[in-house]
Formats: sequence, structure tokens, C-alpha cells
Amino acid sequence: MTLYLLRRCLQAAGVMLVMSVLVFVGVYAIGDPVEILISPEADQIERERAIRALGLDLPLWQQYLVFLKNALHGDLGRSFVFNEPALKLILDRMPATLELAFGATFVALLVGLPLGLYAGLRPNGALARGIMAGSILGFSLPTFWVGLMLIMVFAVQLGWLPSTGRGETVDVLGTRWSFLTLDGLRHLAMPAFNLALFKISLVIRLTRAGVREAMLMDYVKFARAKGLHPSRIVLVHVLKNIMIPVITVVGLEFGGTIAFSVVTESIFAWPGMGKLIIDSINVLDRPVIVAYLMLIVLMFIVINLLVDLTYTALDPRVRLEGRT
Amino acid sequence: MGECAWTARGCAAAALVLAGFATASGQSLTLGVGAPVTSLDPHYHQLSPNTAVAEMVFGALTQTDAKARIIPDLAESWRAIDETTWEFRLRRGVRFHNGSDFTAEDVAFTLERVPNVPNSPSSYAIYTRPIREVQILDPYTIRFRTAAPYPLMPRDIAQVKMLDRQTHAQATTEQFNAGIMAIGTGPFRVSSHRNGERIEFERFDGYYGTQPHWQRATLRMITNDAARTAALLAGDVDIIDQVPTSDLAKLRTDQRLSVAEVTGLRIIFLSFDHSRVEATPFVTDNDGKPISPNPLKDPRVRRALSLAIDRAAITERIMEGSAIPSAQFLPESGFGYVPTLNPAKADPEAARRLLAEAGFLQGFRITLHGPNDRYPNDSRIIQAVGQMWTRIGVRTTIEAQPWATFISRAARQDLSSFLIGWGTSGEGTNPLRNLVATFDRDKGYGASNRGRYSNPRVDALTDAAMREIDDTKREAIIREATIIAMDDTAIAPLHIQRNAWAMRRGLALDARVDELTRAQDVTPTGPAR
Repeated sequence: MTLYLLRRCLQAAGVMLVMSVLVFVGVYAIGDPVEILISPEADQIERERAIRALGLDLPLWQQYLVFLKNALHGDLGRSFVFNEPALKLILDRMPATLELAFGATFVALLVGLPLGLYAGLRPNGALARGIMAGSILGFSLPTFWVGLMLIMVFAVQLGWLPSTGRGETVDVLGTRWSFLTLDGLRHLAMPAFNLALFKISLVIRLTRAGVREAMLMDYVKFARAKGLHPSRIVLVHVLKNIMIPVITVVGLEFGGTIAFSVVTESIFAWPGMGKLIIDSINVLDRPVIVAYLMLIVLMFIVINLLVDLTYTALDPRVRLEGRT
Repeated sequence: MGECAWTARGCAAAALVLAGFATASGQSLTLGVGAPVTSLDPHYHQLSPNTAVAEMVFGALTQTDAKARIIPDLAESWRAIDETTWEFRLRRGVRFHNGSDFTAEDVAFTLERVPNVPNSPSSYAIYTRPIREVQILDPYTIRFRTAAPYPLMPRDIAQVKMLDRQTHAQATTEQFNAGIMAIGTGPFRVSSHRNGERIEFERFDGYYGTQPHWQRATLRMITNDAARTAALLAGDVDIIDQVPTSDLAKLRTDQRLSVAEVTGLRIIFLSFDHSRVEATPFVTDNDGKPISPNPLKDPRVRRALSLAIDRAAITERIMEGSAIPSAQFLPESGFGYVPTLNPAKADPEAARRLLAEAGFLQGFRITLHGPNDRYPNDSRIIQAVGQMWTRIGVRTTIEAQPWATFISRAARQDLSSFLIGWGTSGEGTNPLRNLVATFDRDKGYGASNRGRYSNPRVDALTDAAMREIDDTKREAIIREATIIAMDDTAIAPLHIQRNAWAMRRGLALDARVDELTRAQDVTPTGPAR
């Protein structure tokens, strides 16, 4: 187990190193941050000053070495735009994104699992067919369009929910959370549902497929023969066995939601990390891009690890040492 | 509350909605802006949204009114003592939000701070650098000595927001952003700032000028165009800026809303590669071989390309009326506008004749570049221009790219022709110096002259205008230089954008030509609902 964790950590460090090199080269290839950030009225002398101030006068490899040296001391650089530590900027925005991602995943499981179970148990029923048809919509409708439609219907036409932004927050352990207030929940509802839509469909399909397969297995037949109550068969025996693929996918999706909820965050003006990263990419704010992607790599590695650990809890046949 | 008896939850929701309306129609204003504010430090990052916020919180010696004319702010009056000395008389009794007095000492402090803000990606030092010496005559009189005549002093100093020596001596950009140090002399004080999300303001009752109507103001940053419009329609914000041109027609007819528009100061134009005498990379003959010498060096070719463009079609169809065709740098309100320079009607026949005269009877091929995320409808405009050029025999390929990529290539002179915009200060030497004066590091001219146009006559006149303190004479020089540059098609202006805001009915906005969205410019009309 220790060896396994150690190997995982080394892998993580390696991936993060490669990532930082890629971002440095990538941003360098795209363009010059000073050209974007500087006032158009700035003259040549001012442009040269700005280039020096941001450390962009050095050759790229030297810039990278400076970054690496500081990174080893825990300093991922200061944002070109905000003049604040990149990591702090990202961590400031993180609660908003976590809230959104957890909200979306929660909605996905809450809606997706029961519907999927039902569709799996009564595959030929009209309702089950309706659910499956609906899930195709969930897959295929583009998020930005659904988001705008949600705003048009629930905010503009009906006026039930606020159109954009994050609601009132309360301080818990030094961070601001909005899901603890009614106003916060009202603001959270639409973006979370918008993000959840794809996941709901995914969970429905995975659950349905799993249930249909499991219902034909010997252990289910045996449980039936034993005279167990149908609800116990479904909720304990079937559900437990089909959870492995569901958890794998939802886990990976969760990472994706945190890292790349850019579209939803932009449309709903949700002040999360996704909006920060897209704004930073637009102005080539390299320190923020690097710090963000390194954080995301770290997060994916942790999530994968957690998924693996959950496997062992759910399925005693899986042994961590046997996996790489 | 009788009809609210069905459930406690419904009741609470209804109460919240009611509370929302109550605050919206009372003494508070919510602005939805399209561009994020990056800093509350008025000397850190020169960017329009930052300037708009700075003008709510801070003051400067001078300011520009909605039409970009210079008017007094913290200085009551100013005059040129001689060619290189400006004297400003300060307003008395001005206090900062924390009660500290504003005096000449604070002006001197501000000028010391401006060039020394650490890590600034775009500093305001360009406005203070010409000042060689600051002389405090008494607490309310200050003189600036400059190395050379500096007629732009009263205009440039409007950009430099005044801070307080006592309060801000050690202030860092981070402290400004946290709101602790965002203390100025302006009509609003910052009550909270959430980076990239919202800034909340309270009225500063000790403000020396006209009190704004609003007790509280909230600035919300909603970068997505459709979401910003939706936020207005849903009543979550009272006013939005940067209204997308495609929504304007619909919003104008909406009974619940009103729209404010004004012709702005941003010119959209085409730039040509003047730097290469030999072949330019994106121009080839019809067989794809490079053409040498560079056809774009020939004024007849540039004039032909400009004549081929149907500007009215672009402003009417693509910009849907939110731009006016232009043949010069400035709109009519600008200082140095030339009344005789009017946009020519598209004339493909004349354009073809000019091309033939220049030796391109069969035309040539060109790639026209431009951004696709910077100006309203930018990529559609270059498509239209491409078709118009193709019509006169210049087969045009279009390449629209994200601003980040595009601007770096344009700055490296990688491109042969491209669309770009320029927000002028409303004063004619500003586009002359930056766009068409010869690229010259020592003079600081031509920094945005990415086509590297160079004409000694334009340079000489620009120099003369920059030395001329007398406004009437200066305007005449600016006009002469503009006419020469335009006759030579140094650039091909397309149109000047109109700035548009939309707001709920019952509000009025003093629409600014410089695109700034400030809470003090919004007033209620008639009785509040």
C-alpha cells in the first residue's frame, strides 16, 4: 500500500513537471502577454518597462528556471493581471467551483440513479422509454444553449430564480460558502442543474445497463429463489454491484466538472475557477494558467486514487498492489 | 400577506423577490458590465473598466466630461505660465473618504508613486514622465515643469488619480484590491470587492461635487453578452453596457427598457504593411508567387483597396446601425476633426482603374487578418471587406484569430493587412502620434503603428502639434497632418463605433463617448416606481 502511494506521488510530480513545461512553451507560442495587457497608448519605453516588470525579458528557459526555483519554495508566481499570488487567486475562487461541482454531482445522482434503476427494471415500459429518450437530449444539447434557455425561462419569463451570479455567502472556516443561505441556493440552482444535465443522462444510462445485466446474474436468481423481498434484492444486491462503473465515471466526471465548468461559469457569471482560467487564457496570464493546470493535475491524481480506494471497499477482489 | 399563506417556503421566496424589487427601485443601483475590473489600485493597470471604477472612487486634477472635453476636478483652474511650465490651482476643502485633507503635497506624492508601482503590466507613468520637476507654491498651488512644451498636460493629468500621502505612503496594490486602501476623493467609497465578481459602493457624503443619486451602487461583472442582456431582462441589474449589436433592435422596442447611445471614440480601421520594400508575406500574384516590390507600398493600391469598401453596407448590415462610416481618426466631436474628410462611396470601377494604373490589371491575392473576439462583429467585418476586395480583382483570404494570437503577430509585423481598432482620447495628436507617426523609441511615437507607416511631413506636423500650446493653432496643424495621412491612405478607416447601454425604463444615462460606465452618470427620470 505504501509503495503504491509512493509510486502515485512520483507519477504526480512527473506529470506536473511536464505540464508546467507545456504551458510555458504553449503560452510563449501563442503570444506576448505584454501586448495584451498594456495600454494601447503606452510608448516603447513603457512597453520595455512592463516586459522587465513581468520578467519576460529573460530567455524562455531562464524564465522557466526562475519559475521552477520559486515553485520548489511553494511560490507559483504572481498573476500578471492582478499582482496577487496565482495560487491564492485560484484558491479564493475554489469554493464557488466546488459548490457548483458538488451540487451538480448531487443532483445527477439524486435524479439519475432512481430513473436509471426504474428504466433498468422495466426496460419495456413506456415511462422507461421516455426516460431513455430524455437522456439522449441530456447528452446532445449543448450546455451553453441549455444554460441560456434556463435563464430565459426561469429568470426572465417566470422570474423565479436570479439570472446570474453567486448569492449571499456565509463564512465557514475562513472561506465563503453560498449553499448555506436561501439566496445562495437560489443562485446555485440553475448553474448546478445545467452542469448536472449531462451527468444525469450518464448516470441513467450506466445504471440502467448495470441493472439489466445484474438482473440476469445467478446471485440475483438465487436471492429471488431464497424469497428475499424484491426491494432488498434491488437496493442491496444489485445496486452494490452496479455502483463500480457508476462511481468510476462520476468520479472522473467530478474532476472534469471542477476543472472545466468554464461554459456554465461564464454564462451564469459564476465567480469560480473556470471563469478565472478562461479569462487568464484570454490575456495569457501565464502564472495563473500554470498554477491552475498543476492544481488540476494534482486533483485528478487524487480523485483517481480515491476512486481506486473506493473500488477496494466495494469489491474485495480488487487489490491495489496488483494495479499500476 | 393573506394570499401568501400556502407554504412557508413560497412565502419566503415571495418576500425575497419583493425585497429585491424594493432595493432595486430605492436608492441603489446595480450595473452589469461586460469587461472585468482587474484592480482597484488606480495606478496599477491602465484599462478602461479600471478607469471607470477609479473615476467613481478617486479624483484627478482634471477630468473629461461625457463628450471627452477637459473640465476641472480637483484643480479649479490651470494655465501655462510659459512653454514648459503649467500651474494648477487646487480646489479647497476637499477631503478623502477617511477625512484626510487633499493638498498640493498629495499631488506631489501621487506623481512619485505612479512610476513606482511594482509589477505593473501597464503603468500610468506615460502621463507623468514628461514632468521633470514639481514645485509646490502653497498648499493649493502647484507647478509642473516639463523638459519640452507639453500641451497635453491638462488632458493627460486627468488619467492620474490622486492619492493621499498620509494614507497611501506604504499602500500596496493588494491592499487596494482588498478595499482597505481604496480611499479617494470621489463620489463613492468601496464597501466590498470580490475579484472578478462584484464591487459594492456606498455614496461618500463628503464629496465636493454633485452628489450622485444612489446611496449604494453595485458593479457586477457579467462577461457573457447573452447573460448580461438576460440579467437586465430579469431585473437582476438596472443597466448594462456593451449591448451586443444583434440585441439592440429588440431592446429598443422593449417597453420596459430604454437604450442610450452615443458615437464613441473608437475607430475601426485597416492597417497595411508599409515596412517591407520587397515582398510582403501575405500578398502574392495570382499564381501564388510573392510580388516584389511590395504592392502595398504603392499609395494607388492602398487607395484602391479603401475605395472598394462599402462602409455604409458594413455599418448598416453588420453593425446594425451601431457605427458610423468614417474617413479619419476622430468623430465630429473630436479635437482635430476635419469637416471636409468624408467617407467616399464605394467605387469598384475607380478602384479597378487605380489597380490597373499601379500595374495590377489582373489584381493579386492577399490574406486579410483580424481578431475574432475583440471588437463587435470583427470577424464578420473582415469577411465583408474580403468579398469587396475580391470584387475588384484582389482575391482575398480571411484569417480571423483570437486577440491573444492576433495582436502578437501584428506587433511582430508578421501580417500584410489587418483590421484593428483604436480608442482615441478625443484629441487628434493621440492617433497621429500612435498610429501614423514613424516608429521612434526616443520620441515615444508610433508604438501602435504596426504597419510602420512613415511620412516625414506627417512626422514634422505631429512634432509641431506637440509643441504648440495654443489650441486653435494646434487644431489647424492636426487637421493638416490628418489630411496628408488620409490622402496617402496610411490606414483605411472603416467606421467609428457607437457605444450603447440598455437600462430599465425610469433611468437615464449621460452616455460617455469614452465607453466608461460609472454609477454617477445614471439618474432616475420622473418619479421612482
